[in-house]
Amino acid sequence: MKLEELRGKLIYQALLVGAAALLTSALLSFFSQATEADIKAAEEADLKASLAQVLPGAYENDLLKDTVTLPGKEGEVLVYRGRRKGKVEAVVYQVSGNGYAGSIVCVMGVSREGKILGVRVIKHKETPGLGDKIEPAKGDWIHSFEGRWLGDPVTEKWAVKKDGGVFDQFAGATITPRGVVNAVKGGLAFFEGNKAQLLDEGVQP
Amino acid sequence: MNEKYARITKDGLWNNNVVFAQMLALCPLLAVTSSATNGLGMGLASTAVLLLSNIIVSSVRHLISPEVRIPVYIVLIATLVTLVDMSLNAWAHELYKVLGLFIALIVVNCAILGRAEAFASKNSVLDAALDGLMMGLGFTFALVVIGGVREIFGSGTLFANAHLLLGPAFAFLELTIVPQYKGFLLMILPPGGFLVTGLLLAWKRVLDARRAEKAALVAEEAAS
Repeated sequence: MKLEELRGKLIYQALLVGAAALLTSALLSFFSQATEADIKAAEEADLKASLAQVLPGAYENDLLKDTVTLPGKEGEVLVYRGRRKGKVEAVVYQVSGNGYAGSIVCVMGVSREGKILGVRVIKHKETPGLGDKIEPAKGDWIHSFEGRWLGDPVTEKWAVKKDGGVFDQFAGATITPRGVVNAVKGGLAFFEGNKAQLLDEGVQP
Repeated sequence: MNEKYARITKDGLWNNNVVFAQMLALCPLLAVTSSATNGLGMGLASTAVLLLSNIIVSSVRHLISPEVRIPVYIVLIATLVTLVDMSLNAWAHELYKVLGLFIALIVVNCAILGRAEAFASKNSVLDAALDGLMMGLGFTFALVVIGGVREIFGSGTLFANAHLLLGPAFAFLELTIVPQYKGFLLMILPPGGFLVTGLLLAWKRVLDARRAEKAALVAEEAAS
């Protein structure tokens, strides 16, 4: 039977679509497995670089190895701890907020006293040119958190200006900074709520 | 033979330009052209997918029956885009951090399905590859021009952050056209995209009309 005749048959068409779907899914799952390790490694390298950015100064231990996992609002939170003279001086953990296009994942460093050492966005899908000013490469906004704590500004002022708070929003993008501010605020509340475990008080390593 | 390639090239870059003539792909166009660099990134990623999808569609064109061609093409294109997305994420992570958002948007670029349908399914693999490349470059050209105009009027710079996309060697592209510019937000927002695209379209029409007039005059003179 010729190809042209065969092509007209209903069964051929069904098989064709099925074969196309099967082949592409096989290709995709194969590729997903092939890239999984590399993607994970790349994201881990990103995380290490971000950790160094939100924890200025030197710590005597390897941050990635001194960790503690605590229950947070949205599942477990992995906390990295930086020590000086055996005492936990600073902690770093991830927080996430809702942005304009999916969640925004930030990493924040908090000192022993509960003050923010730094915040960096490590994963987001915000609009380029509008919402991506949360990246330090594209704006200074993310630095406005440094030195803040839950008493500066007071709790009800922990919001973007449009919502009556103290943090700037961007022209054309309010949802993005609102998401980040809420995430950071939640992160500070998490610190206050779990201070003893975070700072490893009472238990010597 | 050469004439055919010249025609495909000219069609892709100008006469039948994805944006300025076919008016396709306006959704990703309006979304990403807030700067020339963003336009360039989106354009290059789309070109890669367009080239690959044209080659694949053209090489299986005898197997595809016309009744089910659209779902097959869509599955093919979506797969290609996902593969590009994953491989960039794994092996060109720095570039992925810049292009991340744009890559997924390529799926909704109807120009790619359009070329598969209108060209690749009817022509040889070589022709389809050239068509994909040229259509892609024409799309990139349109994105960079629109992004550039919006960026100059909107934020007073040109090719800002180009080093993030192309590497530090291309930092010289980054220009500040208007120093201490306060910014003109309308141009950065989607309405600015509509405005610039509309004005450029009108400009292309005028150019083409003038050229046609000139050609008619020359033909007349030759005839008399």
